[in-house]
Amino acid sequence: MLRTPHHIPFLYLAPALTLLLFAFGYPLVAVVNFSFRRIRGATGPFIGLDNYLQIIKDKVFHDAVSHNALLLLAVPVLIGISIVLSVFLYERVPGWQVYRSILFMPYVLAVPVVGIVFSNMFQLNGVVNELLRGAGLHTLALDWIGSSRMALWTVMGVIVWREAGFGIVLFLARLLSLNEELQDAARIDGAGWWQRLVYVTLPQMRETIEFYVVVSVITMLAWVFSYVYVISRGGPGNATQIMELYIYNFAFRNALPGIASAVAVILFVVTLILIVPLFRLRSANGGSA
Amino acid sequence: MRFPALRYSVDPAALFKHGVLMVAALSVLLPAYFMLVTAFKSQTGYSLNKFDFPTPLIIGNFTTALRGGRFFLWFANSVILSTGSVIVSIAVSTLAAFAFAKMQFTGRNFMLALNTALMVIPPVVMLIPLFLFLASIRLIGTYSGVILVYAGLVTPFSIYLLTNFFRTIPHEIVESALIDGASALDVLLRIMLPLSGPALVTLIVVNSLWVWNDLLIALVLLPQDNLRSLMVGITVFGSRYNNDVPVAMAGMFLASIPMMVLYLFGQKYFIRGLVAGAVKG
Repeated sequence: MLRTPHHIPFLYLAPALTLLLFAFGYPLVAVVNFSFRRIRGATGPFIGLDNYLQIIKDKVFHDAVSHNALLLLAVPVLIGISIVLSVFLYERVPGWQVYRSILFMPYVLAVPVVGIVFSNMFQLNGVVNELLRGAGLHTLALDWIGSSRMALWTVMGVIVWREAGFGIVLFLARLLSLNEELQDAARIDGAGWWQRLVYVTLPQMRETIEFYVVVSVITMLAWVFSYVYVISRGGPGNATQIMELYIYNFAFRNALPGIASAVAVILFVVTLILIVPLFRLRSANGGSA
Repeated sequence: MRFPALRYSVDPAALFKHGVLMVAALSVLLPAYFMLVTAFKSQTGYSLNKFDFPTPLIIGNFTTALRGGRFFLWFANSVILSTGSVIVSIAVSTLAAFAFAKMQFTGRNFMLALNTALMVIPPVVMLIPLFLFLASIRLIGTYSGVILVYAGLVTPFSIYLLTNFFRTIPHEIVESALIDGASALDVLLRIMLPLSGPALVTLIVVNSLWVWNDLLIALVLLPQDNLRSLMVGITVFGSRYNNDVPVAMAGMFLASIPMMVLYLFGQKYFIRGLVAGAVKG
């Protein structure tokens, strides 16, 4: 450690602290404050819990919450896909590096591009239905985006398509950092592929998987705005309404930032609760912070 | 006829793994294939067959797309936003990470933990106060206001990554420089930074990708037509051409070229950087 006078470290920290106060510190305090006010312009009168009571009564908000909750179903799917594909890649299937490059590619593509391509593919007369009809599967040729029964599942499929790449690469990085002697020892002891996966590989990946679960849960609850905005704008009706879109609509369309702030505060609190296991994981990994 | 050699070379397990990976790779590539072939079809060609290879190749969709959308302007706007915020974030994070990694002070571990927590707070939570605050100081719809927002939002990750990297630089190197009479700032600029090339490249790649791909913040904070980022631009473009799929796909193809080229050449930095936030440094 450098031995410096007491004030020196803070001189180095000051620019970053200022920026973080601007981008996080002030907004996080202000959004809580706004959520108790009827905001017009830059501020407004204190109205207690009215904003919260209003969203609790709003059916559209209920839809938004339940859709975010349904999106959580994508998390186990992402975990399953990522485990299987990363383990296969780890076993050095010939060409595994090419597969890795391809499988990670969607994560680099921009969500608007992905969303627009998929929404054209999944039109009622789009390529997906054309292929299904061509294969004689007329009953499967659904109105993927235009029907309120299917739209959310289609959005979820697109999210999985793009986000899986991150899980695969993350798990693979963890696997590549493992000590292979354990695998070899298990193989010599006669453990089959499945036994090695369950008793050797997965236990060593546990923390990485848990980390990915937490991050994916936060993503599904509060980081999928661009998918919904590009693919369906929350429709048809409110079939793909989600909390982020609800915030966006109330703050910037209906000019009711107080209501929107109350929803933002709810998302903030949920994130804070989810951060706790994240920290437990990090300290279990043996590092500080 | 029998091929005895094959009996030994085909391993059903390996075949199965290949099969699964192949299916996964195909499902990743199919939308890309669709985008590419559709971009070269005429509208009638597209309505007749949506999946086959285009004959003849129609280039006109690209000129229509370029006329219908302001791709170069959007692209330039996104470059300005990404470059500006990456520079600001790296500048302030380098200083802070140096203090975190190499100096002793009260509250250090607490502040580092707080910084890590900020990495997962979704931007939508901060968006309303940021909007109102920027509006009150007349920085809505300006590059500088939005660059500061982006720089602030990616800074927790920058600090996290650089702090972990600086910690791996052996302290003996720092000590010997100090004995030679170097100041703390000398140590940072002349010793730490020149050794940090890979970490800085990773940071540039990950942060640019983050800013480049953001839609929500650009949508809210840069409402003017001529300040649209590429993401906002192509979203508008996509809905304008939702009845002319070939032109829409040509536009999407144009919009993907920059990041795809970067990915092809700098893949390891993408992978390393995006994994870095998750794995202990």
